[in-house]
Amino acid sequence: MERKIAAGASELPSDREGRSRRWWRRLLQQRHLQTMALLGVAWMFIFNYIPMYGIIIAFKEYNIVDSIANSPWVGLDHFREFLQDDELGGVIRNTLGISLIKLLIGFPLPIVFALFLNELRSVRFKKTVQTISYLPHFLSWVILGGILATWLADVGIINNILMALGLISEPISYLAEPKYFWGIVITSDIWKELGWSAIIYLAAMASVSPEQYEAATMDGAGRFQKMFYVTLPNIRPTIAILFILAVSGVLNSNFDQILVLRNSLNESASNVIDIYVYQTGIQQGRFSYSTAVGLLKSVIALVLLLVANGVTKKLNNTSLF
Amino acid sequence: MLMLKRKTRGEAIFDFLNALGMALICFVTIYPIWYVLVNSFNDGTDAMRGGIYWWPRQFSLDNFGAVFRSEGIMMAMGVTVAKTLVGTVAHVFFTAMVAYAFSRRGLIGGKIYILIGTVTLFFGGGLIPTYLLIRDLHLLDNFLVYIIPVLFSFFDLIIFMTFFREIPEGLEEAARIDGANDWSIFLRIVLPVSMPVLATIALFHGVYQWNDYFTGMIYINNTDLQPIQTYLYRVVAESSSNQMMAAVPGGVTRSVTSQSIKLATMVVTTAPIVFVYPFLQKYFVKGMMIGSIKG
Repeated sequence: MERKIAAGASELPSDREGRSRRWWRRLLQQRHLQTMALLGVAWMFIFNYIPMYGIIIAFKEYNIVDSIANSPWVGLDHFREFLQDDELGGVIRNTLGISLIKLLIGFPLPIVFALFLNELRSVRFKKTVQTISYLPHFLSWVILGGILATWLADVGIINNILMALGLISEPISYLAEPKYFWGIVITSDIWKELGWSAIIYLAAMASVSPEQYEAATMDGAGRFQKMFYVTLPNIRPTIAILFILAVSGVLNSNFDQILVLRNSLNESASNVIDIYVYQTGIQQGRFSYSTAVGLLKSVIALVLLLVANGVTKKLNNTSLF
Repeated sequence: MLMLKRKTRGEAIFDFLNALGMALICFVTIYPIWYVLVNSFNDGTDAMRGGIYWWPRQFSLDNFGAVFRSEGIMMAMGVTVAKTLVGTVAHVFFTAMVAYAFSRRGLIGGKIYILIGTVTLFFGGGLIPTYLLIRDLHLLDNFLVYIIPVLFSFFDLIIFMTFFREIPEGLEEAARIDGANDWSIFLRIVLPVSMPVLATIALFHGVYQWNDYFTGMIYINNTDLQPIQTYLYRVVAESSSNQMMAAVPGGVTRSVTSQSIKLATMVVTTAPIVFVYPFLQKYFVKGMMIGSIKG
């Protein structure tokens, strides 16, 4: 209020002086608040902004002696090297292959699950199913990797069952064969996240007004029709938003997961961009090269986000920004 | 009349099949965990024959005995407990403090601060630049690497801010008239009335701290400082079960195998999460909602 009045009045020197004095007084009054805020800003400066600056080593030949600022510039050399690398084809195929199948199966399944869960009549049963289905989300991938390794071992339950049924005569080492890797990654990811991913849809469904269902019942709609023509359209904006995010994350393989499940035997199917960045960067110490690959990935992801956002905006009138 | 009857029968079949399907999903979710559990309570040598599906065949606590006697495993457990407790308290307190300041109307520079934070939601330095920073800060092989680099999260700040803005201003005004400054208002008034949101963020960060194995893997070489998840990662992914046996005093006994110790360690590592989980469910569902609406 004060400010508005001051701005509207004629700009006399004494006014300006008064405003400046008031500003200083306000700053002094909120010195404690400013301390709190600036502690946060300082943290972000160090842990978010300094690494962003560090990205310039993608265009340099980083070495420890010269540090980031003084290492020599090399332009786009590292990007060129990556694009000519023999592993490029495999890395792209694995990254996109795993992600697209995850998108194709893993994206719609939680919606279907939520739709059917929403139809349960008993509130208590519904709560129980929710509680149980969220649980795996809270287990780490290391634990899950341990569970999978146990299940898929030569004497594990899967081989036992398949052999008892006579479907195979020799135990299969699933994690040692590239051809099973994508299937294992996708299935275990769905197992872990199905319930959790459904939460947002269930919340959106809870806000659908009962009148809509009553009206549909009057019109003679059955359960499936109500799911399809009442529930689904109501959660469409939610689906659109999550779809945009999923598309922009296509290059993000689940790093934690793949790092646990990969090994030297299934490498040809498990080498995704994130793993490649980790291997070249941390394990081989090629800091600049690895940063260049990571940067290229981020830029493509950003473009995908903008494209997906634009397309859903046109088709659906819903967008992230 | 006839129509109505047929419809109800159809509905009944739908309800039955739906409930059956949901029960099946619950089974598929729980059983893999159950399988590990019953095998970990079975004699290790006997378990190698396989076929333990529902209940231990030769009940034994030896695997857990071996786990609790192993210095390496207990050390790693200690690191995990310490980083989870210290990390969670520090993260919640620090992020809430910054969020309180950011949420006050009339904060000079407030808009710029929030812009600075919003940028961090979309852009980051990535693996290597972050690694170089951690190295330059001398956080390699340092317990603080579990705490300081995750002390703050702008995403969590947004959730806090949403909550703090709804606290009635009267509460603060009254304290201010009594001469309280911003610190004491934050500590004595804002924090106590914000328990639900504090619990939500604490839960998420606590689970992150408990489950994270990557930090211990790339920033820590000293095995005395590695958390249990990193320890397990080395056992599971690098299949170095022998290393695990070596860590157990007395090595392989008649009833304990490297596999059975691995399962017992997994159970011990997971148990705290499973026990705490049902009590905290209401918080994380609420937290997800706030996060998804604002995020």
